[in-house]
Amino acid sequence: MSNLPPRSLGVGSGGLLLGHEAATSRGAGSPRPGSLMRTRRIKLQIFRGVVFLIMGLFFLVPIGAMFEFSTRGDTMTSPRTLEAWTAIIKVPELTDAISVSLQLAAITSIAMLVLLLPTMVWVRLRIPQLNRILEFICLLPLTVPAIALVVGMVPLYRWIGVNLSDSILTLSFAYLILVLPYTYRTLDAGLAAIDLKTLTEAARSLGAGWGTVMLRVVVPNMSSAILNACLLAVALVLGEFTMANLLNFENLQVAILYIGLVSASTSIAVAVASLVFAFVLLMILSYVGRPKDRVARAEEIPGSLVPSMTGVSVLAELVDQPK
Amino acid sequence: MTAAGNPAISTAARPPMRTGRRLPLAWLGVVPFFAYCGLFLLLPTLIITGGSFATKDGAFTLSNFTDINQPYLVKAFLYSTIIAAVSAVVGALAGALLAYAVVTSNPRGILRRSVTSASGVLAQFGGVTLAFAFLATVGQVGFISEILLQRGIDSLSRSTWLYELPGLILVYMYFQVPLMVIVFLPALDGVRPQWREATESLGGSTWHYWRYVAGPLLAPSFLGCTLLLFANAFSAYATAAALVSQGSIIVPLAISNLLTSETGRAQPGLAQALALSMIIIVTVVTVLYSLLQRRTSRWLR
Amino acid sequence: MSEMRDTRAGIEVRLEDLRRSYAGVTALDGLSLTLAPGELVALLGPSGCGKTTAMRLVAGLEEANSGRVMFAGKEVTGLPANKRDVGMVFQAYSLFPHMTAHQNVAFGLSLHKVGPDERKRRAGEMLELVGLSAYANRYAHQLSGGQQQRVALARALAIQPTVLLLDEPLSALDAKVRSRLRDEIRRVQLEVGTTTLFVTHDQEEALAIADRVGVMNKGRLEQLGSPTVIYSRPATPFVAEFVGLTNRLDGVVRDGEVEVRGMRLPLVQPNAANGPATALVRPEAVALAADSENVPGPLIGTVIAVSFLGATSRVTVDLGDTTILAQLPTSEASAHPAGTRVRLAIRKDPVLIAREETAPAEVN
Repeated sequence: MSNLPPRSLGVGSGGLLLGHEAATSRGAGSPRPGSLMRTRRIKLQIFRGVVFLIMGLFFLVPIGAMFEFSTRGDTMTSPRTLEAWTAIIKVPELTDAISVSLQLAAITSIAMLVLLLPTMVWVRLRIPQLNRILEFICLLPLTVPAIALVVGMVPLYRWIGVNLSDSILTLSFAYLILVLPYTYRTLDAGLAAIDLKTLTEAARSLGAGWGTVMLRVVVPNMSSAILNACLLAVALVLGEFTMANLLNFENLQVAILYIGLVSASTSIAVAVASLVFAFVLLMILSYVGRPKDRVARAEEIPGSLVPSMTGVSVLAELVDQPK
Repeated sequence: MTAAGNPAISTAARPPMRTGRRLPLAWLGVVPFFAYCGLFLLLPTLIITGGSFATKDGAFTLSNFTDINQPYLVKAFLYSTIIAAVSAVVGALAGALLAYAVVTSNPRGILRRSVTSASGVLAQFGGVTLAFAFLATVGQVGFISEILLQRGIDSLSRSTWLYELPGLILVYMYFQVPLMVIVFLPALDGVRPQWREATESLGGSTWHYWRYVAGPLLAPSFLGCTLLLFANAFSAYATAAALVSQGSIIVPLAISNLLTSETGRAQPGLAQALALSMIIIVTVVTVLYSLLQRRTSRWLR
Repeated sequence: MSEMRDTRAGIEVRLEDLRRSYAGVTALDGLSLTLAPGELVALLGPSGCGKTTAMRLVAGLEEANSGRVMFAGKEVTGLPANKRDVGMVFQAYSLFPHMTAHQNVAFGLSLHKVGPDERKRRAGEMLELVGLSAYANRYAHQLSGGQQQRVALARALAIQPTVLLLDEPLSALDAKVRSRLRDEIRRVQLEVGTTTLFVTHDQEEALAIADRVGVMNKGRLEQLGSPTVIYSRPATPFVAEFVGLTNRLDGVVRDGEVEVRGMRLPLVQPNAANGPATALVRPEAVALAADSENVPGPLIGTVIAVSFLGATSRVTVDLGDTTILAQLPTSEASAHPAGTRVRLAIRKDPVLIAREETAPAEVN
């Protein structure tokens, strides 16, 4: 920021206490109206153009280079080929890994919702004094690097492997911890946006049990936050490498690395594909609702933060039900 | 585990109106979640803490920490710190410039939306894919290296710089800059145009504004964000693992090598001591970050 | 303190035919206005009328497409804000949040190269002037909205500006603080004697604080005059309707008078052409009398609502084809509770007429 050009020459403010005499004597030779502001605007435009150009190149060229690499023939001069892409489905190791990673993503998302969301609702409604502790625990994984946490997970997984199961799907246990900070924040924003207490009390006064409250009042009213949390969890699990690699499981990212040792272009093709997939997921996320944004901006997305019609209609339905 | 972990479902079958004796029952509702976190978050942390002060046979020792004082581990800490610090400072500067360019554009425009969305994606974009992206760009047979080679410049196609310190720093910038944009943008948004106009009407120049108003106002946030970037780079493992196949040039690689090697199995406490050191460093840095953020949020609401 | 005030008598500020448009939309369409030395002029108008643009042009925060700004007879049009020596108070949130109240006030002095001792003394005096000496070491977030605005005023005055510009400084405050701070601003302004331009959309505020009020509409000055003149002799229908409540009554102009519901009233614009027109009648100009006879007439109606405003009350009367508002002392109004029949009388003050095709220029 310091490289912003100073707009005025900044000299000669010493005489200003003399007031208008000093100011106005300079006025005679001053530039024509419009020029000062215009100069400032042009300088800002140039600055922004340069920044966007450099950043655009830095971020787009590597992605373009991956496309280039994955469609490369034997040499730079030989014709483009999609061989690397078609090879993706021919490598069983890879298709297995893709399938396993998708399963892990699904299990982690569901487990996250089942474990975290009811706890958050419960704490807000019944044990509010626990809210800070819940938040602290959920954000704790941010200060424990995955590479450090895995060191403590190794003995744990040795025990799980012997006594429970050695399936790769047990990785979901660890992944649930990894996605906790991100999903917590998303759900927290979703819960903050609805009047949970009133909604719950209204539903309870109409005779709804806690299960009905959760499934038919809370969930429909924060569907976009839940969707966001799930998409985040999916994106994080699909990109996870550290835990899988060091606990000796082969998920998508580990497979990409090892296939890369044999066929670089195939594994780069998969990498591009998984990147595009994650990109699409997270783009959806940023357009569906933006819980990270401030409330002031949330009004742009009607429906994302206001109680939905579904919530109201569920309440109406409950009234009609004979109890 | 997960089926039993739903307090709402499990209590739903009971009659809705219960009075009295609520507290103990209410606390039952959070047991599954806290038990889970105890098992998969606190227990591993305790294993690390305990193990780092124990010999292979479980006796108390400090030797795991004194053994960090080996040349290759000291070097790993040094490199980790250098990479994290340089990528944090450069990433913070570049990210702040980008964030400023974004903030001066139309707040509801497509440009701002695209940059913030893309930053959200790219800040999470590390690991194998990122390593491959740079291998495909400036690796020995990368896109740019090949173009240079065709023009008779073979410096990139021969060099191994990408697998060393400068390479890691460059690659880390790819997620550091977007992260800076995300965390610094709210602070920039909090700077009100009135402050600039007030400075001008009081006789201040643009330089005065940045030096005495915007600079001091943004400094805590900038510093805090830089610390966050430091912690982020310091913890990163996957990208380096995919890029550097041999050696322990940074602490996360040293840990993973110890986990998979004979020397590591002979002294499991060493990896745990390294892990604990990392946790402590990252925790301290994160706490400093949140303290600075708290101050910023009071100024730039 | 005193030597400051003595040496800083206000200067004349002149705006000459200022024009400004943004992307084809005209914000200011030839504004000319002269502020006498030490005068406080309020620019009043709805949002988008150009009043804020006018003030920003005087401040140098924006540049005019054409026209001139003169301070004490010398042109400052091309000067940037930091060379104009104007003091500005913004709507809200303009205090630097990382500085205490005292540091905020002293900041402008340090930009003007005032030495530390003198700076400290004068900042202290300014805070005393706005009654905040006890809060000198508080940060903005530790001050109430009204206190923040008083610090902002002290900060703007500390540099002994040639002109003081107030940009809706009270609009972010709640009603009670607003009227107190309004009087406070006026007191301070009279004390330092700085020529002041005050921008507001609140007519009550403008009438209460200003020596003269300029009512703006669509980038032009509709009327400039003392608060009394603006209120009691509005020059245009826009002014009449923007300042205070107005009854719109159908009438016919005939030979320099307007006939409204059987009454002939004198005109503000005596040479208006004959024909149908709408007469604009203030609620205060309407008097009520109990009506015992049951004879219908154009000025006979039924009270449908009485709202108590304190010393006066506002009575809504249904005349069958229209309703009319009358404002009268509460003691009188109590004689006409809702449901009673009343006879109206309209005071024979000159009234303003509005016509669809009436252009403001014609009325001037």
